[in-house]
Amino acid sequence: MSILVDSTTRVVFQGLTGATASRMAERAIAQGTRVVGGVTPGKGGQTHLDLPVFNSMAEAVAEVQPDASAVFVPPAKAADAIIEAAEAGVGLVVCVTERMPIQDVARVKRRLAKTDCKLIGPNSFGIITPGQCRIGVMPDRPHMPGSVGIASRAATLTYEAVDQISSLGLGQSTSVGIGGDPVHGIGFAECLKLFWEDDLTHAVILIGELGGTDEQEAAAFLKQQSDQKPVIAYVAGVHAPKERRMGHAGTVDFFGEGNASAKIDALKDAGAIVLDNPSEIGDTVRRALWKRKRG
Amino acid sequence: MNLYEHETKSVLRGYGLPIAEGVVASSPDEARGAAAGLGGARWVVKAQVRAGQRGKAGGVQFVDSADAVAAAAKDMLGKKLVTGQTTRDGLLVKKVLVEAAQDITQEIYAAVMVDRTTGRLTVVVSGAGGVDVEETLKDASKREQVDCDFDPMPTAADFAHIPAKLNLSGNAATAMPELLAATCKAFVENDANLIELNPVAVTAAGTLAVIDAKMVIDDNALFRHTSFAALRDDDDEADPQELEAHRYELNYVKLDGSVGLMCTGAGMAMATIDLIHQKGGEAANFMDVRPVASREQVTEGVLLLLRNPNVKSIIVNTMGGGILRCDLIAEGVAEAYRKSKTSVPIVFRAAGTAKEIGELALRNQAIPVTIVDEIDDAVESAVRLAAGGASS
Repeated sequence: MSILVDSTTRVVFQGLTGATASRMAERAIAQGTRVVGGVTPGKGGQTHLDLPVFNSMAEAVAEVQPDASAVFVPPAKAADAIIEAAEAGVGLVVCVTERMPIQDVARVKRRLAKTDCKLIGPNSFGIITPGQCRIGVMPDRPHMPGSVGIASRAATLTYEAVDQISSLGLGQSTSVGIGGDPVHGIGFAECLKLFWEDDLTHAVILIGELGGTDEQEAAAFLKQQSDQKPVIAYVAGVHAPKERRMGHAGTVDFFGEGNASAKIDALKDAGAIVLDNPSEIGDTVRRALWKRKRG
Repeated sequence: MNLYEHETKSVLRGYGLPIAEGVVASSPDEARGAAAGLGGARWVVKAQVRAGQRGKAGGVQFVDSADAVAAAAKDMLGKKLVTGQTTRDGLLVKKVLVEAAQDITQEIYAAVMVDRTTGRLTVVVSGAGGVDVEETLKDASKREQVDCDFDPMPTAADFAHIPAKLNLSGNAATAMPELLAATCKAFVENDANLIELNPVAVTAAGTLAVIDAKMVIDDNALFRHTSFAALRDDDDEADPQELEAHRYELNYVKLDGSVGLMCTGAGMAMATIDLIHQKGGEAANFMDVRPVASREQVTEGVLLLLRNPNVKSIIVNTMGGGILRCDLIAEGVAEAYRKSKTSVPIVFRAAGTAKEIGELALRNQAIPVTIVDEIDDAVESAVRLAAGGASS
């Protein structure tokens, strides 16, 4: 089992004919993902990677009925691409684009609120259900199918976590990058809810960082649950200097809420295992699963 | 990018905000002339740096004569101002802003930002404006939040209830809703991430006056605001290393410590900084190499780290992903060491895509490199090396 994407998910790539999108689409196909087409305005009617290319998402929806779209579109045009996909009726949009203007993402959020579309990202590594569906820019190698769910704001820390657990023989149900930007699509709380509904996810890794309130919302979700799955969390940025943006635009702190220590406290209070060293993720997950198995 | 106070004020004046004329001066004589030109009997001289908490650091001085204006300017210009929001080195003050001082009876805080959850506008006001507002505002009962639409933009009517919450009366009460609506307009039209007016003062005459203002423009939106982009590119006051990093598409922030670091990913870089601190060291910088980086950009990034005289060791923590490979980072690092011939020890830690090829590019070269597998060991080595110890 998995959340959001699986072997039946039909995927269209927006910006398919670009270099990175082409490489990532080829990888996706090689991993068994059902890529059914691409959209590049002006290139409709062409074939790329043996896939049909359409001028618009509306055409793609009519012709190949995608469930999800992967947005590989430059920052200035990404907002329109996401809105186009959502309004054409696609249920899941995954946006890997970095450096989108915040007010563009805000506009996307307001428009998507009127649709049933879920957004992952922007500035996301994507989403992968190993062996079934990968939409994004993550590496293939350390991923393997299994029962650990991952939701993360930081791509390479996620690969680190995947590397550690896979090397212990623990695979992933689904790994989701919610994105490093301050305004983004689905958050930690929604990911947790989906992982809670997925019987084959036995533990969840949350990788957070300073800025925003995603971790606090995750903590609030955990507090409401009667049945518990172990949550192993790591939050980066405890020693980041105040008021100075650390690469991810999401890391600016307003009114103390975005403070990494506040997030750590909230998660601990909700029963999560919070690590102060990302090297310990693998062992901690293994111990937590073992404990759960023994009841 | 953070605009300077004088830049922010000139933008906001264009939206009709009540902001007194000020004069930017780069010498004590200019400051004296500015005071004479402005008239009055009491002035304020403010250091222009892109960081807050200037007042507590001596960067804001109230004075009663033109000579004292010149003296205050002399006191600030050419010196480094160290505030709670700068590194310990501080920021060089090259300009001061001279304004007529105002008699203030009440200080109000007002800010506009984007609500992360809804993508709507959030306007925050508080009657507790002033220097310690950051602490006060953590208490939600001390602030009033108004959730607003973007399209259509909020109007004064959306803020009609605010004057009563702030106990304003007369002219100030009438002007406040207009002021907030105009600030929202400035926020949206300039792609700001934050506008903070602190304080908006009620003057002795009963009118509103914006005394200090901060505006953060979205770096990611500079492509449609070329005038701001030009301001940044011409900025001879910015940290030269931060500007250079920007040219090479690296996310770089200078810090105070002696362990230089280069990481793939912002989260990984913050995690590495946290570990350096846990192990008793202090990071010299934040540096995130983006997935789209080229080998040349990596080389320039390492050279940039080496130009910081405080750097005593370097840690390169790289996690190869679906786009960025460890060997590209390693080759970039090797090239920087060949070019610089430096003896600053470097710890290289790679995992993920092309780890082994990457390590190969650094082995058997005349580079003082330690290659390790785990982040933890890498950070420990780098901290020990920065303190003058051996690598293992």
